Amino acid sequence: MRKLSKTLLLAMAATLAITPAFAEEDDGTSPPWSQADEYYGREAMSKARADVQHEAGGQTNWFVMADRFETQIFDDEEALVFDAQGWYGGDINKLWVKAEAEYSFEDEDLEDAEIQALWSRAIAPYFDVQAGLRYDLEPKGRTHAVLGVQGLAPYWFEVDAAAFVSTEGDVTARLEAEYELLLTQRLILQPRLEASLSAQDIPDLQLGSGLTSVDAGLRLRYEIVREFAPYIGVEWQSAIGDTADFIEASGGEKDQTALLVGVRTWF
Amino acid sequence: MLSRRSLIKTTLGAGTALGTAALLPAWARSAEQGNLGLPTLTGTQFDLTIDQFPVRLDGRAGLATGINGTLPGPLVRFREGDDITINVTNNLEEDTSIHWHGLLVPFYMDGVPGVAFPGIKPGETFTYRWNLNHSGTYWYHSHSGLQEQLGHYGPLIIDPKSPDPFAYDREYVLVLSDWSFESPHRIFSKLKKMSDSYNYNQRTLPDFLADASDKGLGAALDQRMMWGAMRMSPRDLSDVTGATYTYLINGHATADNWNAIFQPGEKIRLRIINASAMTLFNFRIPGLPMKVVAADGLNLQPVETDEFQIGVAETYDVIVAPETSDTFAMVAESIDRSGQAVATLAPRAGMQASAPALRPVPTLTMADMGMAGHGDMNMSASEDMTGMDHSAMGHGTNAQTSTMDHGAHSMDGGPAPEITRGPGVANVAMMPMSRLDEPGIGLDDQPHRTLSYSQLRSKDANPDLRLPEREIELHLTSNMERYMWSFDGVKFSEVTEPIKFYEGERVRLTMINDTMMPHPIHLHGMFFDLVNGGGHHKPRKHTVIVKPGEKLSIDITANHVGDWAFHCHLLYHMHAGMMQVVSVIGADDAPMHRQMDHDGMDHGDMGKAPPPEPQIGDDMMGHGHGEHDGMTHGEKS
Repeated sequence: MRKLSKTLLLAMAATLAITPAFAEEDDGTSPPWSQADEYYGREAMSKARADVQHEAGGQTNWFVMADRFETQIFDDEEALVFDAQGWYGGDINKLWVKAEAEYSFEDEDLEDAEIQALWSRAIAPYFDVQAGLRYDLEPKGRTHAVLGVQGLAPYWFEVDAAAFVSTEGDVTARLEAEYELLLTQRLILQPRLEASLSAQDIPDLQLGSGLTSVDAGLRLRYEIVREFAPYIGVEWQSAIGDTADFIEASGGEKDQTALLVGVRTWF
Repeated sequence: MLSRRSLIKTTLGAGTALGTAALLPAWARSAEQGNLGLPTLTGTQFDLTIDQFPVRLDGRAGLATGINGTLPGPLVRFREGDDITINVTNNLEEDTSIHWHGLLVPFYMDGVPGVAFPGIKPGETFTYRWNLNHSGTYWYHSHSGLQEQLGHYGPLIIDPKSPDPFAYDREYVLVLSDWSFESPHRIFSKLKKMSDSYNYNQRTLPDFLADASDKGLGAALDQRMMWGAMRMSPRDLSDVTGATYTYLINGHATADNWNAIFQPGEKIRLRIINASAMTLFNFRIPGLPMKVVAADGLNLQPVETDEFQIGVAETYDVIVAPETSDTFAMVAESIDRSGQAVATLAPRAGMQASAPALRPVPTLTMADMGMAGHGDMNMSASEDMTGMDHSAMGHGTNAQTSTMDHGAHSMDGGPAPEITRGPGVANVAMMPMSRLDEPGIGLDDQPHRTLSYSQLRSKDANPDLRLPEREIELHLTSNMERYMWSFDGVKFSEVTEPIKFYEGERVRLTMINDTMMPHPIHLHGMFFDLVNGGGHHKPRKHTVIVKPGEKLSIDITANHVGDWAFHCHLLYHMHAGMMQVVSVIGADDAPMHRQMDHDGMDHGDMGKAPPPEPQIGDDMMGHGHGEHDGMTHGEKS
C-alpha cells in the first residue's frame, strides 16, 4: 500500500513538473500566410503575425474566488471558514490553487487548513482533470497526491471530486456538488453538498473507513455586483459510521447545525 | 422658483450638451448644434490622429481611444474613382491600425496588423493610398487589440460617380455603438472567468413557475431539463449587455438626445452603421416606415420595412419620408433588450422624442440549438418578397427537404467530421437549417413588418454569374462556458493554414453555426453574394449574420489577390479566437498550391464539393430556400 502510494505520488509530481505548453509555435517553419512580407519585410511581418495570432485565442488569464468566506455559528461555538480557489493559464492548461481553512474562535486556533496546487487540463467541454499536491497545515503536516475532476455536470451541477493519497499511505476522497437556483437575477439560492470518504481507519484524524462525513448547506446570496455577494445560510454537518463513533468517544458531537453569514467574492 | 436640485440638473445638462458638442465632429452633432444634414464635402487627402482623450457620455466622464479627438471619429467622405491619401498618426503608447471596413482596397492597405501590414507603431505615421470604383456607406475602425471598444471608429462615405438611383433631400449618418466605462480588457477577462457575468436576463424560479402555470408543470420541467441537460441557457443572447454598456447613436446616449431635423414632405436618407464592439441592434422608427435602399454600401431594390436587425459592422441605408410634423424616436435596441439608444427626428432642433419601453426579452428555442426544423421558422417572408416568384414558390417544402437532408447527412458520418472536437466545442448543430427568412432573434412576433435577408435583392445584376466550382464548409464553434470561440474548433492562435482561394475561382463558403449566438461574419477585401434565392440579384455584402443553428452560404469570386482577415465581428469572439485568414492566391502561384491544398487540407474544404460541370439547381446543398441559379441561368430577373 505504502509503496503504491509513493509511486502514485511520484507519478503525479512528475506530471506536475511538465511545464504546460503556453508558448506559441516557433517561427522556424514557413508562415501560414506571408503575402504582405513583400511590401513590409519578413521581419516586421513575422512579429506582427505572431502577435495577432496570440491575441486571438492564445492569451492567459487568471481567476481568484472565495466561494465561501463565512462565520459558522453553532449552539456553543463559532468558526471562521475560508474556501477559495484560483487559476492562471490558458483555455486548456491551468495552474489551479485551492485553499481551505477553518478557525475556531473559542479555541483561538486554526483547526483545519490545507492548500492544493494542481495542474488542471481541460479534457472535455465541461470538465478538467486535475493532478497535483495537497499540503495539510492543520492538523499535522501530511502531504497528499491529488487526482481529481472538476467541472459542470449536466443540469448545471458544479462538481469537484478528488482522491488523495497521503505520505502516510492513507487514501481519502472528497466530493462536492453545488447548484444555483436563481430566485431573481441577483438573489441566488445555492444548495451545496460535500461528502468525504476514507479507504481505511485513520485514528489520528478520527476517521473511520467508508463515508466519513456529509455536509449539506443552503446559502442565499445577493449579488450586489456579480463579483461580490454577501450571503446567509444554514449548514448541517454530520459525521458518519465509525467516524461518528470516534468523535462521540472523544466527547464531540456527531451532528451539528450552523447558521452561516458570509461573503462570496471573485476577481 | 427654481429648486436647488433642478438648478444643478440644468447646469449639468448644459455642461453635458456643450461638452458633447465640443467633442464631436460636425456630422455627429445634434441639430441644435448646427447639424442640419450632411454637407457633401469631399476630399482626397485626410489626416487622422489616434489619441486618448476624455469623453462625457450620459453625464459621466470616461477616457476614449479614438480618431482626431472625437467619439465617433470624423466622417471620411470622398468620391468614387479619386486617388485617396490618408495619413494616420499614432499618438498612443501602443500599436494601432485602421481597417477600412468594406472597402475593396489593395490587401496591403487593408489595415489588419499581422495579416495585411505590421501595424502602426507609437509615434509613427502610416499612409494609406487607394483608388476605388465602388461607392456607398461604410466605416473604419481599429483592428488592434480591443481599441474598437474604446471609440476607435468612424463613418466613411464614398460618393458615387453617377448619382444613386433614389432621391432624397437631406441625409444623416447614424453610427450605433456600445460604450463601457469598464476597460475592455477587464470585460474580456470577466467573460473568461464567468461567461455569464453580464447576463441579467436569465430564467429564474418565478419564470419557471409562470411557465408551469401556463403550460403545465410537466412541460415546463421538460423544457428546463432539456436546456439543463445541454448546459445551455435559453437566455444566452448577448455576452456583454446593458449591465455595462451605454448604447450610443452618434456618440450620444439616450439622455444626451442626438436630434435631427426634417421638414414634413422631405425625403431623408439615413446611413445606419453598426460600429458596436458586441451589440446587434434592432433598429426602428415607430410610426415611420423605412425604405431600405442599400445594405453594406451597395444599392438594393428598395424594400419597405418597419424594423430590422443590424449585425455588428453591417450598414443599411434607408429613406424615410415623414409627412407630418411629428417627433419620431429612432430606436436602436440591443438584441437582448438590456438597453437601447434613442435619438430624435423632429421638425425643430432640440426636441426629444419619448423613448419606447424596452420590449420583453426573447427566449431561444430548439432551432437556435440547431436541433430542430420545427422551431419557430417564420414562413411569412414569402409574402414580403418582391418580384421573386421563383424563390417564393414551394419554399416551405424546400425548407423541409433541407432539414431531412441534413438529418440523413448526419446519420452517415456523424455531424461535421471536419471539426476539431475538444474542450472548445460544446455543441454541433445536428440539424442546421436556413433561417434567411427570419428577421432575427426576438423579431418574429412583432406586429409590424420586419426585414429578413431573404427579402434583399441587389439593385444591379451580380457581376459574376458562374456557379461555384467548389464548396468550403466552415463551422462556427464555441464553448460559452469557457468563453472559447473558433472556426471548426480551431482558434486563430492555433491556425497553421489559412483558408485558400485561387485567383479567378468562384467559391461557395457554407457556414454552419453550432453556437447559440448570431455571429456577424466579415470577410475582408471581397463582397460576397448571399445565397438567398435572389437569382442574379443576390445581395452583395461584406458582413453577414449567421443565426444560431443556421446553415448559410455565400458565393465569392476570388479576384482580389492577397491575405485577408476573416472573422466574427463581435470583438470579444474575435479576441477569443474566432478568426481566420483567407489567402487569395495569385493565378501564377495557384497550380502548385492548389495541388498541395488538395492533399493536405484541414480547413473543411469538403473536397467532395466541386462538380466538374455546373449542375442544375445549386440547392443540392440543401439550403432551405431554393436557390435556383441553375434554373434561371441566363434568364434576366
